[in-house]
Amino acid sequence: MSEARMGPGSNSDAFLADRARFVRTETVRLSRIAGAGHYSSTFSAAELFACLYYDHLKLDPANPAWEERDRFVLSKGHAAIGLYPVLADLGFFAPSALDDYTRLGSPFGDHPDMKKIAGVDFSSGSLGHGLSIGLGMALAGRIGGKGYRVHVMLGDGELHEGQIWEAAMAAGHYRTQGLVAIVDRNTLCIDGTTEEIMSVEPIEDRFAAFGWAVSRIDGHDIPTIRATLRALKPAGEGKPQLIVADTIKGKGVKRMEMALNWHVGNLVGQDYDDVMAELMGEEA
Amino acid sequence: MGEAQDQSEIFRGTQAGGALRDARSVQGTPAAAAPAFILGEELADMADADPRVVALTADLASANRLVEFKARHPGRFFDMGIAEKNMLTVAAGLAACGYVPFAATFASFCALLGAEQIRTDCAYPRMKVRAIGHHSGISMGFYGTSHHATEDLAMMRSIADLTVVCAADANALRAILRESVDHPGAMYIRLGRGRDPVVYQEVPALRFGQATRLRDGSDITIITTGAVVRATLDAAELLAAEGIEARVLDMHTVKPLDLAALEAAARETGAILTVEEANIVGGLGGAAAEALVDMPRIPFRRHGVPDEFAPVGPPAALYAHYRLDAAGIAAVARETLKRA
Repeated sequence: MSEARMGPGSNSDAFLADRARFVRTETVRLSRIAGAGHYSSTFSAAELFACLYYDHLKLDPANPAWEERDRFVLSKGHAAIGLYPVLADLGFFAPSALDDYTRLGSPFGDHPDMKKIAGVDFSSGSLGHGLSIGLGMALAGRIGGKGYRVHVMLGDGELHEGQIWEAAMAAGHYRTQGLVAIVDRNTLCIDGTTEEIMSVEPIEDRFAAFGWAVSRIDGHDIPTIRATLRALKPAGEGKPQLIVADTIKGKGVKRMEMALNWHVGNLVGQDYDDVMAELMGEEA
Repeated sequence: MGEAQDQSEIFRGTQAGGALRDARSVQGTPAAAAPAFILGEELADMADADPRVVALTADLASANRLVEFKARHPGRFFDMGIAEKNMLTVAAGLAACGYVPFAATFASFCALLGAEQIRTDCAYPRMKVRAIGHHSGISMGFYGTSHHATEDLAMMRSIADLTVVCAADANALRAILRESVDHPGAMYIRLGRGRDPVVYQEVPALRFGQATRLRDGSDITIITTGAVVRATLDAAELLAAEGIEARVLDMHTVKPLDLAALEAAARETGAILTVEEANIVGGLGGAAAEALVDMPRIPFRRHGVPDEFAPVGPPAALYAHYRLDAAGIAAVARETLKRA
């Protein structure tokens, strides 16, 4: 377990950068165990994971079911391979539990299962559902008078799903300010760029038209991410909040950056060593 | 007089915009709100005592009477608009925070449009969502295939960890709703159109997974569920007049199926007939057929909507068309026994 401390401002930018690197190296390690993994769409979210979990979310790893905790819904469930190591690192479960990642009977599959993994607030994998889940959680907080916020990480291609817009409309209607959507805007889906396959821009205008407060940031710039998260409004009546995080799919490994054919893959042998060295800042 | 009686059941809504000039005119949707639809009232009563109970609908609160819940518990009622998928998944999010959401819309939209949400967001993570599909089967009559739901039993039954229950009448629905609050996991609750003829004079002591024996006999067992239970009982009386004694089981829980009751029927009675207001492919009859493969051989027949899209027509005419009225069910039972 790292020397992570919980709570905003507890950890340095350099520490968060190191945790983002940890997300990437663990993704490479776990993918080799499974024989395949979602590298590039996890790499694009690495700084977002680091800032959310080590600087922002109100959590208690010793009490995963704490009612007052902030919620995090990984609607782009295929990035779970980057979330599991963070949860282990924070103490939700033993890091060794990941050593048989995806093997028969493992709690850890390519997509997260809330019934098997402490710290996972909702199961995901089918794109388009997470914003509705988050809205339900935000409405539950309103009924129960809780002050938690609900953060939902969406893929940009996921915005193609119609249910996203049902949820966006309903969140605007019910003015769930405590609902925070973060779009990992890495611009690539499987068959090409989103703008080639099915355009999603202008994302901010579209959400704003549905009654959301919107912002757009560099999703790899740690001080910016921290400041943006810190500036979020608390739960209550008001516009739900959207952060579009511009990212690079495959960020951190040159051969994967903006490369369509690395949405899934498997690195072995010298390629594995080369990529690990690159992530660790060493010359291959 | 018949016409006047029909009118008394019709919801007139508000009379804004001036009085209607002909007494036969109707404002509002005739199918929309029979006084017998107790869903909103019962859930509101439950919510008085239980802070976990919340209700959602998709722009059908006047049809399913959740307006009565909304009036009494506005903070725990969410109309999600005409967006059923979002409604079901929002319900799952509420359930993840400890609430017991009842999410109700027409069965065709709840179970068919929302199938993946019920599977992935409710059943798989074992959320205590109660997805309520009302106006199921062919009860929407002349509204047509888009509003019929004859496939929902087969679809919902194929989802793991999902309890599938059908209400025979208002009192059965009361029992189901009350029992459901502390039942683990997700449920699909299938209702008729809320004006189903009375089967239970009082709220029955109903247990999920345990068929209710409504009538005993040894010549044939008729296993039925939902809004056709009353017609099945009436058919049993017609048969009794001819000397045929039928056991009638209300198999309210289609999943998990009461295998003990099924096996007892196979051992103790001469034949088995299933009766449902659903496509015979995969529904109650399908469930019984699958289970009977491992049980003593016995004449067996599935009766319901054949594997076709139903024509339009008034509900009563459709039930007669498909022999889902008392006379039709009795006739099918006779045929089943002739083959025996």
